[in-house]
Amino acid sequence: MATETVVHTALTLTDQLPALQIVVPFVAAPLIVLLGGRRWAWPIAFAASLASLVIAALLLASVLDGSIISYHMGGWAPPVGIEYRVDAANAFVLLLVSAISTVVLPYARTSIAREVSERHHALFYTAYLLCFSGLMGVAITGDAFNVFVFLEISSLSTYVLIAQGAERDRRALTASYDYLIMGTIGATFFVIGIGFLYMATGTLNLADLADRIADKGDSRTIRAAFAFIVVGIGLKVAMYPVHRWLPNAYTYAPSAITAFLAATATKVAVYVLLRFVFSVFQPAFIFEVHTLEFIILPFALVAMFACSFVAVFQSDFKMMLAFSSVAQIGYILLGISFLNETGVTAAVIHLFNHGITKAALFMAVGAYVYSAGGSFYDTMQGLGRRMPLTSAAVVIAGLSLIGVPGTAGFISKWVLVQGALEKGWWPVAILIVGSSLLAVIYIWRVIEVLYLQPTPEDSRVREVPMSMLVPIWIMTLACIWFGLNTDMTMSAAQAAARGLLAGSAGMMGQ
Amino acid sequence: MVKEFGLDWTFVIGHLNYWLFIILMMTGLYIVVAKGNLVKKIVGLNIFQTAVFMLYISVGKVKGGTAPIFPVDMNIDPDVLYSNPLPHVLILTAIVVGVATTSLGLALAVRIREEYGTIEEDSIQKIDRDTCLQDANLHSEVASEPR
Repeated sequence: MATETVVHTALTLTDQLPALQIVVPFVAAPLIVLLGGRRWAWPIAFAASLASLVIAALLLASVLDGSIISYHMGGWAPPVGIEYRVDAANAFVLLLVSAISTVVLPYARTSIAREVSERHHALFYTAYLLCFSGLMGVAITGDAFNVFVFLEISSLSTYVLIAQGAERDRRALTASYDYLIMGTIGATFFVIGIGFLYMATGTLNLADLADRIADKGDSRTIRAAFAFIVVGIGLKVAMYPVHRWLPNAYTYAPSAITAFLAATATKVAVYVLLRFVFSVFQPAFIFEVHTLEFIILPFALVAMFACSFVAVFQSDFKMMLAFSSVAQIGYILLGISFLNETGVTAAVIHLFNHGITKAALFMAVGAYVYSAGGSFYDTMQGLGRRMPLTSAAVVIAGLSLIGVPGTAGFISKWVLVQGALEKGWWPVAILIVGSSLLAVIYIWRVIEVLYLQPTPEDSRVREVPMSMLVPIWIMTLACIWFGLNTDMTMSAAQAAARGLLAGSAGMMGQ
Repeated sequence: MVKEFGLDWTFVIGHLNYWLFIILMMTGLYIVVAKGNLVKKIVGLNIFQTAVFMLYISVGKVKGGTAPIFPVDMNIDPDVLYSNPLPHVLILTAIVVGVATTSLGLALAVRIREEYGTIEEDSIQKIDRDTCLQDANLHSEVASEPR
């Protein structure tokens, strides 16, 4: 891959930000292995993640007005060369991924020290950074095949990270293996889809693809491409009927990894889906409208109910949250299937709000694993008194998951209901509220276990160290902050939705 | 291109590599789904991926085109027709990804063998189910005692 040292018209450092966004974590990953010491592993990973966060914030600030940054990798002009393309939609995703990573890493240092043996630490943080740069790469690139390559970089390192949970429970290995099989089938379907697109249009650049599909109109090849891409990315998103890899992978992975993946990996996949469904293929393309309305919408509704229902009957907090994640992805897909601006805004904003909520909750799970040695409800009995700060965070983030007013989760569900009503689909609006009631039940079970059950007499459980509490509370406060102050998230999500719904025009910049 | 009731044989034969792509792809996918042995599943995955490589390479072929290599003296004859090199380049990347996936999958199979003592999916699932039942018995007091 060409780096920023190639002679290029962009000369200042600011012009190189899109490349640096990927290059910094990508170079830092092998650096950890080369330096070899586990002493340096964490500081390097954290520095790279922090640098990415700063870059992502700068990028988002410069595209919030609806402008688009197009970066030519190695100085090759777009349709031929690989283009990095930043607009409101993916700058938002970049910020989410890097922010979550920067908050989760300090937490990971303490949590991983207990869950993964020390000799694996250097390689662990290498895999983490590779996963991180893969996810960032998927979001930033404007080239269809490059999406696949970055997707596989992040997926392969994800399999490794999940398998690290094997020291606590060997089922992490089978979970990782299952995910490997499913993930590879998904990625290969995605490549087949891109192959068909290339056959039909002769280009791989996303903006160029959008233009040529708009010119050429519908054909059987393009339909096949659409079907393969939706199924392939659907596997990565954990769309309802192909979500089976997710609960086990999330449950048996190390806590910090679950928090990171739940908040970022599926969200980035949703972004790819949005990008392909709205920018590359036209929203006016009737085959797509039917797919969204008759396949994605019903499955999203089923996911919201079936997986929430399964979550109610779990006896493991972590497994419960994993099933709840599949249900929440249902809300995001529902927003997409509305095909109107409010619906897509709801999808983008829920992507962000659910990301921070789940990060807070999964980190709290890790805190119980750290202190009490497990996340089953009976090991957590009465811990609300022993671990008051962690448990208070669970309550607040849980309320956000339900969608109680004043929390981030409320905002996204509110916009989603508005989107349904705009379409005149009031039964869907009722179903959204109805499935939130299931969330009330599964969150209440946790609160009951934490506060209303007696603490065992001989319990020696103590509150977790500050290095874990602070990240948990940053995310929890973010749940409240983005529930009360919606200017930043709403304007970014609306800008993203407008850009996406404008189809190929949105890719060109208004 | 299917005319009257008979098949257009030039179409069928002319797209031979696409038929092979479909057959190989389906064979691979079938092995992944139907076989219980973890290593066989990886083999199936490989066949599945290789089929996709074939699809891409077929797309790159230009009728009458030669290998896309410029002459050493760089005197490019505009009349010479070259095949499209782009799919080949893409597939080189995809092959690397495939190799990485295979090695990681096999490494996981080795670790699973160490932990479970088997690489047959049925027995692994049985062991996992038993562990889940044990977990449920150990940790279900809360669930079973309504308060």
